[in-house]
Amino acid sequence: MRILAKGLTYTYNPKSPFASQALKGVDISIDEGEFFGIIGHTGSGKSTFLQHLNALIRLTGGFLKVGEYDLSDKKCNFLELRSKVGMVFQYPEYQLFAETVEKDVMFGLKNFRKDMSDEEMKAAVKEAIETVDLDYEEIKDKSPFELSGGQKRRVAIAGVIVTKPEVLILDEPAAGLDPLGKKEIMDLLHAIHGGWCKTIVFVSHDMDEIAENCTRAAVFSDGRVVMEDTPAEIFKRSDELISLGLDIPVTAKCARILKERGIEIETDFTSEDFIAKVLAAYAAKAGA
Amino acid sequence: MLNDVTFGQYYPVKSFVHNMDPRAKIVFMIAYIVAIFLADNFFALATAVVFLLFVVLLSRVPFGRVLRSVKMILFLIIFTAVLNLFFYSGSSSYQPLVDWWIITITYESIINMIFLALRLFLLVMGTSVLTLTTTPVALTDGIESLLTPLKWIRFPVHELALIMSIALRFIPTLMDETNRIVAAQKARGANFETGGLIKRAKAVVPILVPLLVSAFRRAEDLGDAMDARCYSGAKGRTKYKKLVFTWRDLLGLLLLAALITGIVFLNQLGGKFEILSYFL
Amino acid sequence: MEAVKFENVKFAYREDDETFAVNGVTLSIEEGTFVAVLGRNGSGKSTLAKMINALLVPTEGKAEVFGLDTASPENTFEIRKSAGMVFQNPDNQTVASIVEDDVAFGPENIGVPREEIGRRIDFALDAVGMQAFRQSTPSRLSGGQKQRIAIAGVLAILPKIMILDESTAMLDPKGRREVMDVIKKLNKERGMTVILITHFMDEALEADRAIVMHRGEVVMDGTPEEIFSRADELETYNLALPRAAYISKRLAEGGMPVKGAFHAEALAEEICASLQKA
Repeated sequence: MRILAKGLTYTYNPKSPFASQALKGVDISIDEGEFFGIIGHTGSGKSTFLQHLNALIRLTGGFLKVGEYDLSDKKCNFLELRSKVGMVFQYPEYQLFAETVEKDVMFGLKNFRKDMSDEEMKAAVKEAIETVDLDYEEIKDKSPFELSGGQKRRVAIAGVIVTKPEVLILDEPAAGLDPLGKKEIMDLLHAIHGGWCKTIVFVSHDMDEIAENCTRAAVFSDGRVVMEDTPAEIFKRSDELISLGLDIPVTAKCARILKERGIEIETDFTSEDFIAKVLAAYAAKAGA
Repeated sequence: MLNDVTFGQYYPVKSFVHNMDPRAKIVFMIAYIVAIFLADNFFALATAVVFLLFVVLLSRVPFGRVLRSVKMILFLIIFTAVLNLFFYSGSSSYQPLVDWWIITITYESIINMIFLALRLFLLVMGTSVLTLTTTPVALTDGIESLLTPLKWIRFPVHELALIMSIALRFIPTLMDETNRIVAAQKARGANFETGGLIKRAKAVVPILVPLLVSAFRRAEDLGDAMDARCYSGAKGRTKYKKLVFTWRDLLGLLLLAALITGIVFLNQLGGKFEILSYFL
Repeated sequence: MEAVKFENVKFAYREDDETFAVNGVTLSIEEGTFVAVLGRNGSGKSTLAKMINALLVPTEGKAEVFGLDTASPENTFEIRKSAGMVFQNPDNQTVASIVEDDVAFGPENIGVPREEIGRRIDFALDAVGMQAFRQSTPSRLSGGQKQRIAIAGVLAILPKIMILDESTAMLDPKGRREVMDVIKKLNKERGMTVILITHFMDEALEADRAIVMHRGEVVMDGTPEEIFSRADELETYNLALPRAAYISKRLAEGGMPVKGAFHAEALAEEICASLQKA
């Protein structure tokens, strides 16, 4: 499913003293199969935009199409849309509620797939729990509240992917985790991207994460998309990112300083590529 | 985005009434309610109405804003008034105007209805002026201070005030949290809008459980944070915010005393029904 | 002077627990140092932090803060006055709906006279750069601002030690920077002892000393530079190097004469130098 937005606007508490315009005309296009990163400050409008994608916030201005679903159409089947666009919120472990892990993961299936039999549902739950790297037999009858923080988050993600949405949206899936936990979550997303969900859209404040993982990314600022490109192209415009008050990856910081010293490193800003290019430059110099 | 709950109805402008001590305002409001019920004829009640209009003017809160709070319970006022009109059981010295089935309407019942409606109306207006000109925080401080004498009978005044203050502080946080959980469960296909009563009650579980779990977690964190900041109950505690009783409060209370005296004096003109004799 | 002294401290959350959350820690922290405590979730670093201001008391061993034993209840108040603590969740630490009332909470608890509280609020809000928000509502502030208010609330008690228990974990990069700037300033300008529990390696680089915890024990202790140059050892404790350190390590392995660099700036210098030498 392709996501296409044109001139999307949204205002919270319209016509009141607390009115605030969160989206001021968002244009974006995310193709099927992408691993798409979203960058921006808190309050830049990125969360508001994401909640439009499965109609948690109803469209009030502009154009938005997700696959075949035209969200400006009042007759659009929102429940069906939600089953195709999964959404993992920040700290998703805080939304667990059922007595057992199995029941919690099954919640989405029960809502969306009334056609499935109990056995089919259990099989789907098993598959989802195994996909997030947990032991189904060991964990299925436990209370979600007994689990460790990392396990809870995985269970919460399993509860979203269990319906096999075509698009999976995640708002800072690695928030609050330590570096290794972050890496595990990114690895998990890549695994899901290969099989379960065709398109992944995720928010991250960690620019290294964006540089290492995304096919493309968009930069939100003050209710608009100010850049939409591959990480390599986005981080070439480091000066603009810095002037927006955003971070840049370590590789980009380094490349910037080297450029000031007259050393150009042509890189896509992933660590591997950067290391290879610097070593190549060194070898060329040493050879000469 | 429901953060404005913190401020309740508070209408942020600067005025004589806003600047009054919350304790004075609370006493003021209670006394005013007493005055309304004391007023026993139209002259006395009219004085109370004029007095309130004067206070609203002084508070610089738009009149429409004050009326809006009455609108919310207008139905209740009308309902009680109509019941009173139909089923007034006092004796009447005049012929009933309507006497049908169990419904009897007399001159007295009409007057009684008008009085009741007006009193309720003034009561709601009066409390609204208080909440519109005083933040919940200041109200809490005021209540705590007014209740201080109860410490002598070992009533936990400080604890009560702290609980109110923490509750106020956490309302917006828990509101935000509720919105987030609702959105997350909706994204998993939860439906809160349709279905019968039982189905809807069941639909609330996926919201209530996480909300409760989070409230307990927050309470635990807050307990640690309070301990770490040396909290150990009311003993040996000082208070930073000191309420100061100023000339404004004195003036206000003097005005109020004048109102009550006026009402008592006007009451001498006769009871609410005696006025009928002028017309009939 | 020694601000904190732990002698073979052990702690178990339940009496029947066989495993200790903190398992035999001996540690001494000099007044005025900035210490970062690293470790994975469940390594015991938060438990350790809570024992410094007597929120938890050792099951075995002895913990002292400025010479006061945390185990005796009559010391608790004094210890909490000298060792303040800021927690992880910025939403769960404020008690009042107005910033100045919240900052006043600590001084009120220890019985500071009214006029003095006013001065302390001024001092604390200035120190965290939040004076302009004195009359604001905490719930309307950003995460970084809320944490700065929490720091101010602790500062108003005038502690000598500031413990931050993963206080940057839930913040965005901007909020993290705000909080780090404040605590660095407190350490440099006021000589405040800072104990920062964190899992951000780049934050640990700002400290004078870094301690790595693993399964309840202190397994590494030294300057951040020393710690991060022992990359293989860090890996066994499931900790990752800061990215700049990782890149410099890989470059060195690839035959470039770069020394270990931990910041992007230092890494660029090293690359530059070795390219010029080549």
